Amino acid sequence: MSTEPASGVGVARMGGGAAQAYGGASAAGPQPGNLGDILERVLDKGLVIAGDIRVNLLDIELLTIKLRLIIASVDTAREIGINWWETDPWLTAAGDRQQLEQENRELRGRLSALESGQPEQDQRRGQRGDD
Amino acid sequence: MTECGVWAYAVSAEIGPDRLAGLTGVAGQPVRSVTGDGLAAAVSTVSMAEFGEQPLRRRLEDLAWLGATARAHHQVIEALAPPVVPLRLATIYRDDSNVAALLTQRQADFAAALAELTGRSEWGVKLFVGQSVAPATPAEPDLPGAGPGLSYLRRRQRQLAARDQARQAGAATAQQVHAALGRLAAASQLRPLQSAELTGEVTAMLLNATYLVDDAASARFAEAAATLGRQHGVRVEITGPWPPYSFAVLAPREAAS
Repeated sequence: MSTEPASGVGVARMGGGAAQAYGGASAAGPQPGNLGDILERVLDKGLVIAGDIRVNLLDIELLTIKLRLIIASVDTAREIGINWWETDPWLTAAGDRQQLEQENRELRGRLSALESGQPEQDQRRGQRGDD
Repeated sequence: MTECGVWAYAVSAEIGPDRLAGLTGVAGQPVRSVTGDGLAAAVSTVSMAEFGEQPLRRRLEDLAWLGATARAHHQVIEALAPPVVPLRLATIYRDDSNVAALLTQRQADFAAALAELTGRSEWGVKLFVGQSVAPATPAEPDLPGAGPGLSYLRRRQRQLAARDQARQAGAATAQQVHAALGRLAAASQLRPLQSAELTGEVTAMLLNATYLVDDAASARFAEAAATLGRQHGVRVEITGPWPPYSFAVLAPREAAS
């Protein structure tokens, strides 16, 4: 295996990947990352350290530009059903809440099953298939 | 003579003069290094008339200016020899001595961060829905005797159910791929999904994540991403190696004075 040590060689679309398998993107060869890729890194990431000129990037209307142009709105993400990170207990507190609610529901179900003297219904475990 | 400031790009253990030869940064200014306590920062001079607090605020709202500046910032960081700790855009000091003071004050923190990033790079992985056509709904014959209204409702119901299934499948795929790739990386981060206007892609983005990967394992990582994409029938786009923007952190100082 001859892996070149990564150096600042720019952004390349990897060859031989699934990109080709699904048509769309032709093998365009090395290309600069799209502006969004760069912006989301230099604006959102990178070490924040207090300089002498204080410009809080999140403070200004830049944020709205970012939301409009760079990032799909949360609503859009929800709409197309790709908000799973919001409910992933590893990622968010909301996930914890949802898990608690789920657990609560399951326990209530079991309780009423026990009270009515019927065998427990097949409990559906969390859809996340915890192992 | 106009007042000048210092734009800082990144901090590294050392920055050889050959790396900086001919390198220009924001506003087309030559890049130089400021050293202190065994560290070096790549910097360039900026005019305060343009990069002072007030003018900078205004310019940051200008997307064309922002784009050019972001690229310039990124290009300098990319030109440096790894490992580097990239600084957020618009980290500006009054003069070189303030940059040197920063290096001295946070020497141990920078050294620790650089050690963590040595031999590793950031890779971006995006997943897109494989094809734009909605999954075919099974063509059930309309019930005999059902009027057009009822038939329509039934058809619509099937369509919605199919779309719902596709959504869930996409989300599950993203989650699985992210988990699998995370196991091959030293660290990982989820990024907000990019809008279609920005990506120029036809189909929806399912995952936008970034991973800190050992350079020795980068080929394996890319291979795994491609394989996972094929297995799940989604399109994968990998970018990298990036400077470790998403993984550059300094240990918080206790009770910073």
